[in-house]
Amino acid sequence: MRPAKAAWERAYSYVTGFLARRLANYVVLCLIATFLAYTLASLTFHPLDVLLSRNPPPSPATIAAKARDLHLDEPLLERYFSWLGGVLHGDFGQTIDGTPITGELGRRVGVSLRLFLLGTVIGVVVGVLAGVISAVRHYRVTDYLITVGSFVVLSTPVFLLGLLLKQGALQINFAVGSNILQFTGEKTPDFQGGFWASVGDRIQHLIVPTLTIALGQIALYSRYQRSAMLDVLGSDFLRTARAKGLTRRRALVKHGMRTALIPMATLFAFGFGTLITGGVFTENLFSWYGMGDWLVYGIGQQDTNITATVTLFVAVCVLVSGWLSDVLYSVLDPRVRV
Amino acid sequence: MVLTGSAPGRVARAPVSRGRLVLRRFLRKRLAVAGLVVIVVMYAVAFLAPLFSPWTYASQDPSAYLSPPGPRHWFGTTQIGGDVFVQTMHGLQRSLTIGLLVALVSTGLAALVGAAAGYFGGWTDRALMWLVDLLLVLPSFLILAILSQWLRHQGWLMFVLMLAAFLWMITARMVRGLTFSLREREFVKAARYAGEGPWRIIGRHILPNMASLLIVDATVNVGTAVLAETGLSYFGFGVQAPDVSLGTLIRDGAPFALTSPWLFLPAGLLLILGVLAVSFAGDGLRDAFDPAGGRS
Repeated sequence: MRPAKAAWERAYSYVTGFLARRLANYVVLCLIATFLAYTLASLTFHPLDVLLSRNPPPSPATIAAKARDLHLDEPLLERYFSWLGGVLHGDFGQTIDGTPITGELGRRVGVSLRLFLLGTVIGVVVGVLAGVISAVRHYRVTDYLITVGSFVVLSTPVFLLGLLLKQGALQINFAVGSNILQFTGEKTPDFQGGFWASVGDRIQHLIVPTLTIALGQIALYSRYQRSAMLDVLGSDFLRTARAKGLTRRRALVKHGMRTALIPMATLFAFGFGTLITGGVFTENLFSWYGMGDWLVYGIGQQDTNITATVTLFVAVCVLVSGWLSDVLYSVLDPRVRV
Repeated sequence: MVLTGSAPGRVARAPVSRGRLVLRRFLRKRLAVAGLVVIVVMYAVAFLAPLFSPWTYASQDPSAYLSPPGPRHWFGTTQIGGDVFVQTMHGLQRSLTIGLLVALVSTGLAALVGAAAGYFGGWTDRALMWLVDLLLVLPSFLILAILSQWLRHQGWLMFVLMLAAFLWMITARMVRGLTFSLREREFVKAARYAGEGPWRIIGRHILPNMASLLIVDATVNVGTAVLAETGLSYFGFGVQAPDVSLGTLIRDGAPFALTSPWLFLPAGLLLILGVLAVSFAGDGLRDAFDPAGGRS
């Protein structure tokens, strides 16, 4: 079986080469993104304004010392590269009031990723299923319900959707008579109880925000999956699969769905980008102290380092999802390997 | 396609022009027509309705703080006695204007850049497509939020330009692809040999041939732009006080959503309705322009 193995190895090395090249490309784009964010933030922010507007006005020496602390006396490029050098060593610099960013970063990334990952998984799985069902039950009640529902959700901005869901959750809490659905913070601040009780507490806090962020994803994926599936349903190869004796369900799942999933791999990277923007609103709305909340805070405080760090995080997220979508693409579609 | 309304006796009939054909196909889509009507009515009402109200969006009624909707104040009042109806209409007007302008600018930009990249090819093409790729990867929401510090002193027209700067990339790619094939067509070659300059060819021969794509794209962009604008304004990164948009109205009403929902609900519902109407109209237009779409 030598030739077969050689062919497989060639294909394998081609795929890894393709993926490695994409990865290198993404790293360069990551650097450009942080560079742009850093320079734009440095050029437009006025971090000394807070100090200058203080009453009584601080002495010029204090202001000069603060400016030196923030390295405002150095040229912009030098500041960027010293920040970047720090990042490579795991040091993301300090906020304006002097606390190191690295200390808070881990917790905030954890909070955000919990929201993003759950939102993505629920969004992709439910969205693809809804799209397939919608296509298979073409022009029947189910299809209309899913279509109208996703159109309405896609026309609703995330902050409004979250606001409405919050209202709905409140009604449910009234009806049940207890606070089963929580919507401030990611956990009860001074929670007392064992491990499982605290897991339960976190889940209570998780439901409404996750729903807020997942609904948009579900709507997005179901629209595209529906049209991709409709294309596949009319295709010859599916009729062939049925003709050779596969059951309808088996033909649909093994041949139809796999083909219809290919465009979703490309959509995945795009969907994740919109998810992150939505995450900023969701965190803000439900007072989760994640990365999105940090960005809004950082811009309000005119803090270049926080803003650049969040940009780096977002860029890495988008690029990882872009790379994942390349991987998914090469898994789902054998043609790109040849 | 046979479109007959003619009596059987008539033999020859002037061929239907493309514009009329598209219009007829569009009018057959009830949802799309409804979307278009809703958008036009909303925009007209947003301009006209405040004329019939005794209040302006900046005036205050000291006899009614935070009062629920009633005959005196149709949508109720805010904490300081502002009339929610007039404010909502003003916000709607601002949001829709920004949406329409952004769509126009971004589609225009996409047409120019895409056509230039496709027509000139070579290094022009490479440089422009690199720019497109870069802008696609950049988290646009973030960049706009960072720029808001500078934007707040520039007025809302600059905000329109910045929003448009992050919306044109995908369309530019499509335009480029279409230009590649149009460039080799006989009528373009004929124009070239007749001595027409490249920009004249792009403007007179290439872009008119993809008018349908551009019209549909502009329509869809209105919805996207309105969503982006309200989102940024919600955080205070967009339209600045004392000006109001649907986004700032929702933000201001949100903290009191549970006790006085009239503060944000009108703006919220109008926003959903507007974007929904635009996307239905856009869908209908796409089907009307696409001969293969038929009537499904």
